[in-house]
Amino acid sequence: MKHPTRRSALALAAVAALALTGCGSSDPLGGGDTASGSPAGTGGTGGTARADTLVIGSQQYYSNEIIAELYAQALEAEGYTVQREYQIGQREVYLPEVESGAIDVMPEYSGNLLQYYDAEATATSPEDIHAALAQALPEGLRPLEPAEATDQDSYNVTRQFAEKHSLTSLADLRNVDEPLKVAANSEFETRPYGPEGLKKAYGVDVTVVPVEDSGGPLTVKALVDGDVQLADIYSADPSIESEDLVTLEDPENLILPQNVTPIVSDAVDEEAAAVIDEVNAKLTAEELIGLNRQSVEEQASSADIAEEWLAGQGLA
Amino acid sequence: MNQLWEAVLWCLDPGRWTGPSGIAARSLEHLGYTLLAVLIAAAVAVPIGWWVGHTGKGRGAAVAVSGAARALPTLGVLTLAGLLLGIGLVAPMTAFVILAIPSILAAAYAGFEAVDRRVIDAARAQGYTGAQVLWWIEVPLGLPVLVGGLRSAALQVVATATLAAYVGAGGLGRYLFLGLKTQDYAMMLGSSLLVVTLALVLDGVFALAGRAAVPRGVTVARRGVTA
Repeated sequence: MKHPTRRSALALAAVAALALTGCGSSDPLGGGDTASGSPAGTGGTGGTARADTLVIGSQQYYSNEIIAELYAQALEAEGYTVQREYQIGQREVYLPEVESGAIDVMPEYSGNLLQYYDAEATATSPEDIHAALAQALPEGLRPLEPAEATDQDSYNVTRQFAEKHSLTSLADLRNVDEPLKVAANSEFETRPYGPEGLKKAYGVDVTVVPVEDSGGPLTVKALVDGDVQLADIYSADPSIESEDLVTLEDPENLILPQNVTPIVSDAVDEEAAAVIDEVNAKLTAEELIGLNRQSVEEQASSADIAEEWLAGQGLA
Repeated sequence: MNQLWEAVLWCLDPGRWTGPSGIAARSLEHLGYTLLAVLIAAAVAVPIGWWVGHTGKGRGAAVAVSGAARALPTLGVLTLAGLLLGIGLVAPMTAFVILAIPSILAAAYAGFEAVDRRVIDAARAQGYTGAQVLWWIEVPLGLPVLVGGLRSAALQVVATATLAAYVGAGGLGRYLFLGLKTQDYAMMLGSSLLVVTLALVLDGVFALAGRAAVPRGVTVARRGVTA
C-alpha cells in the first residue's frame, strides 16, 4: 500500500525538478497553476468512480501523514475503499487538488488554513476559527469537527534559559537584556507570527537564524547548544518534552490555534464523516504527541502507528 | 520565459544589492565558502595525492576512497555534521570539503602519472634525488592536471554551497530557500542565476590558471613538435 504513495511523491519530485530546470513551457511555477502538477494517480479517478472510492491526501509532513492514515484505516474498517495520496507538498500545492475534487479528505490545521483563505481573518479562539473556516472554504468543501489536538508554531526556550530570566510567556522576553535569536525556517521571517508580529504584540526584537528543517533535530540542536535563544518548533513535536524545553505562552494570541481539522469534499457523506469524527474526538494533544513520538523515536511507519492506535482506541 | 525575465529583473534591482543580506554580501559569502572549502580540501588532498603519485603506493586505496566519497550525498553529510557540530559554518564546510576532496586527490596523483617516464628516468640518470624529481619534475609537469582537478572541485562546491543556508549560514542559498518556502519563484530562480554566474566566472578564472600552469618548457617543446 505504500507504493502508490512513493510513486506519486516521485512523480511530484520529477515535476518539481522539471519546473526548476525551466523546461516547462506551461508556466508550472505560476502559483495557482500548480494543479497541472497533480499526482499521477488522482487525475484518472475523477468523475463517477470517485463516488465509491475516497481519496485521502496528506501534507509533506510526517505527522500529517499519520493523521491521514488514521482516517484511512478507520474508513477501511467501515468498508470504504480508500486511495492514499500522501506527502503532497504544502498548501499551495495540494489545496488546488482538494478544491478540484481530486482529493476528498485532507487533514488540516484550522488557523493557518483560515489565513490561507482569508488573510484578514480576525478570529483567534478555536471556536471562532472553526466558524470562520466553514464560511471561508470554497464551495463543495466543509470542515469536520476539529480535534482537541493542535500542532502549531511555538516559541521555545531551554529550561535553563527560562529559569535564568524567569520566562513563562512571550511578554517576559522584554526583560531579557541580551540579543535574541530565533532558529526557524526562513519563511518564518515573513509570517504574521514572525519577528514583526512579535514586535507588534509584545515589543520584543528578535533576529531569525534560518535552519531549514522545520523545527526538526537541527533546530533543536541549535537551541540546546545555545547558538540561538529561541526556536520555532511545532507544538506536537515530541522533542519539546524529551529535551525539556519550555514553550512560551502566547497571551496575545499572536499564533493562531491550529486544531487538527479534516477538510472534506461532498463525496464524504454523513456516515463517512461520522467515522472521521469518531477518530478526531479521540485525538487529544497528548495522543498526537504520542503518535509523533513513535515516528520520530522508533521510526515506525504511519500504517503501523495508525493500526496500533486505532486498535488501542477500539476504533478498528 | 516570463519567469526567467522576472528572475533577471530580481537580480538587477539595485536595491537588493546592498546591506548585510544584500546580493553583493551574499555572493561574497558564497564565493568565500567555495574558496575556503577548496583550499582546505587541497591542503588535505594534494599532499596525499602527490605522495601516492610519487611512490606509486596506496593507489588502490586512494581510488577507492575518492570513489566512495564522490557517492556521499552532500545534504546527508551536512545534516549529520550539523547534528554533531551544531549549526553555523563548520557543518556545511565539512560537507563541502568532503565533496571537493575526490577531484583534487585524483588530479594530484593522475598529474604525476601523466608525466613521461623517460623524463623521470633521464633525471635520475643525471643524479636527481627523489626530492628533486618530485619538486623539479613531477610537481611542475603535473600542475596543469592538478589545476583541472581544483577547477572541477570549485565548480561542484560553488553549485552546492547553497546548502550552507540549510543550517543557518549565509551564501546565496538564503534566497533559494526563502524563495522556495514563500513561493517567490523570481527570487528562487534569480538566486540560481547568480550561482550560475558565479560558477562561470570561477570556471573562467581556473581555465586561465590552468593555461598559466603549463611550464614554459612544455609549451616550447609542443610548439617545437607542431612546427
